[in-house]
Amino acid sequence: MWRIIKARIKQGYRTLKYPQGEVVFPERFRGKPAINFDSKNIDKKFDTTDAVILKDALSVDLGKLLFNEDIKKACPLVYSQDHRMAVSKKEDLIFKNNELKLASALVEKTKRIFGRSLKLREVCAGSCNGCDSEIQALNNVVFDLSRFGIEFVASPRHADGLMVTGPVTRNMELALKKTYEAVADPKIVIAVGACAISGGPFYGSKEVRNGVDHLIPVDLYVPGCPPHPLTILDGLLRLLDKLEK
Amino acid sequence: MVLRKFCIRNGQSWHLNQVPLYESEIFRNEVLEECRSGSRIVNLFGTLEESGDVRMSAMTSKDDDARISLFSVKISKDSPVFKSLTPELPEVQGFEREIAEQFAVTFEGHPWFKPLRYHQNYRKVPDLWPGIQEKPIPGSYSFYRFNGEEVHEVGVGPVHAGIIEPGHFRFQCHGEEILHLEIQLGYQHRGIEKMMEEGPMERAVLLAESIAGDTVIGHVMAYCNLIESLSGCVIFPRAEALRAVALELERLSNHIGDLGALGTDIGFLPTAAYFGRLRGEFLNMLMELSGNRYGRSFCRPGGVFFDLDPKMNDDFRGRLSVAKKELKELTDLFFSKPSVLARLEGVGIVSEQTAKELGLVGPAARACGLSRDVRTDHASGIYRFRHLPVSLASMGDVFARAQIRWLEAQRSLDFLLELLDQVPKGELCTNVPSLKSDQMALAMVEGWRGEIAHVAMTDTQSKIIRYKIKDPSFHNWGGLAMAARGAQISDFPLCNKSFNLSYAGHDL
Repeated sequence: MWRIIKARIKQGYRTLKYPQGEVVFPERFRGKPAINFDSKNIDKKFDTTDAVILKDALSVDLGKLLFNEDIKKACPLVYSQDHRMAVSKKEDLIFKNNELKLASALVEKTKRIFGRSLKLREVCAGSCNGCDSEIQALNNVVFDLSRFGIEFVASPRHADGLMVTGPVTRNMELALKKTYEAVADPKIVIAVGACAISGGPFYGSKEVRNGVDHLIPVDLYVPGCPPHPLTILDGLLRLLDKLEK
Repeated sequence: MVLRKFCIRNGQSWHLNQVPLYESEIFRNEVLEECRSGSRIVNLFGTLEESGDVRMSAMTSKDDDARISLFSVKISKDSPVFKSLTPELPEVQGFEREIAEQFAVTFEGHPWFKPLRYHQNYRKVPDLWPGIQEKPIPGSYSFYRFNGEEVHEVGVGPVHAGIIEPGHFRFQCHGEEILHLEIQLGYQHRGIEKMMEEGPMERAVLLAESIAGDTVIGHVMAYCNLIESLSGCVIFPRAEALRAVALELERLSNHIGDLGALGTDIGFLPTAAYFGRLRGEFLNMLMELSGNRYGRSFCRPGGVFFDLDPKMNDDFRGRLSVAKKELKELTDLFFSKPSVLARLEGVGIVSEQTAKELGLVGPAARACGLSRDVRTDHASGIYRFRHLPVSLASMGDVFARAQIRWLEAQRSLDFLLELLDQVPKGELCTNVPSLKSDQMALAMVEGWRGEIAHVAMTDTQSKIIRYKIKDPSFHNWGGLAMAARGAQISDFPLCNKSFNLSYAGHDL
């Protein structure tokens, strides 16, 4: 008993002040990209998930971007330390003119229902476990998701929505649909990670469905491979209108 | 006639002609003979020949002298049947089912001949299990069942209660006691092996990082070693050292995360929270090194992308020393509580004999007393010069598996602190020449779950025509099923956490 208390005192308070104050990411962290649009240095060989779009003006699809280093050889891109990237509509993921329209809040009625308590059911539909590990990390003492009234529950019947990872494999298609149907209305769906948005590195495999929104409607897209826990948290808080604009 | 034998080593490549081709009977005998004399199966896989026949290759390892035997057999496309080895050698059961599914080869006498991942075969002939593509898992093949009074069945998954990957567990129970557990996976099948063969190499490395998202470094290191050996590229010592730094950080984050997860399942929440936070420290170090918490975009064929500058090195050493102290405090707290020990000891026992029969690898095998560690047995890279003692336990229960993680975490910390003191100087990345033609290579890496083995084969145009991935989980899922047998159903979550296997790594 005393040892537990002693350890507790020693461990101290570890939860981030977030959303207050600035979060500092290391120099090499790959957050929201910035593109040099004047450069003509394009080598599609390194753009293996078709993230770089050359139509009209050069743009990048954040839903397909794996936030890897190799892509810098494909197009003139650098990464910033900005973790905020979640958007509400798929077309907003197309990153043009270095501007990103971040996720907007739910409509008033749904916000009233979910605003103070949002219960989510996580479904892994073919992810590599990277995104799931980061979602799980949200529950640890550093990020402490439950202080925002958001929790993960064991059954879709207890949930207000789904958080889905993975490209949706052929073998998980039915399970995902059934889980979605088991959630009571009104419900929301959050797609986390490049796989869940577009298929990610598995884009084009005949064993996967290239993303969640081919099967069920999605309300929030969180890009990344995997997204940092704060990127996911930022998206959730924007959805619930708990962040300053 | 004297049988031509062929031995290989980890990280080596060889000409396809060098692989001995045996008659079916001789092949069977050779596999059994090797395993009788102390070898174990590293890999058993099929390849499609130009003629349409299937070539089955076996790699058996004699861990004591770092020797791996390789030999093969041809299975004719006209009568794709082979006498199953499983009844005599249970550790090949998964490998045979994999070949059956990928190449529509029937293994006669296989005791549980069922699809593994539920996909169409690669030979473009009718599947052994009709409709495998259309019907949801388990398709037309049912689960193993017990009948009798008071016997009941519990089905869990594919969507589980926690934030974990999908899989189906079917328990046959008598009261609280588990008589049998059948683990049905395949939900995570993304077709990675096929994509590695068909897609460009620029994508293959990204796929390698996504085989199992918690073992990014382990798998991408195996991929890089393989490409380097197929092209005859020798990387700089500094790159070798930095890869090992990343690999050990990955091991530390996962081992410590697992101890925390055990704390959660026991209901001892203070340690769950502290271990969970400590895990993050290692992930954050990986992020500072590579820009990503799981080490993506760090290893690439030819070397590594990022350097460990002197300032970062000092910082890491300081933080690792603190982490070492904290780990000691936390494990002292965790392992000294009688209520924790009562929950861990004697639960989910896998005997050494069973572990051997199932061919377990990694911490799961070492917890049963089997000394198997690629870093020691088949050392490559920096591990050839710097040795890590192999941590062993003997009980094979949940406690032993937890203890192994604790011991290995300490040893990885010591290894890192020593290595960071003396990282070889030099460049980071070298050019990778083009791949050699008609070659085959093997790369093994001790990931945190155990032995990762990648095999690749090139054709006359130097294009990769076969890429075989084996995650340690492929061996170890059977161990979990055996650990649960005879246990209480309420002990299952604890057994499961103590193994913490990869679904994605198994399903590919």
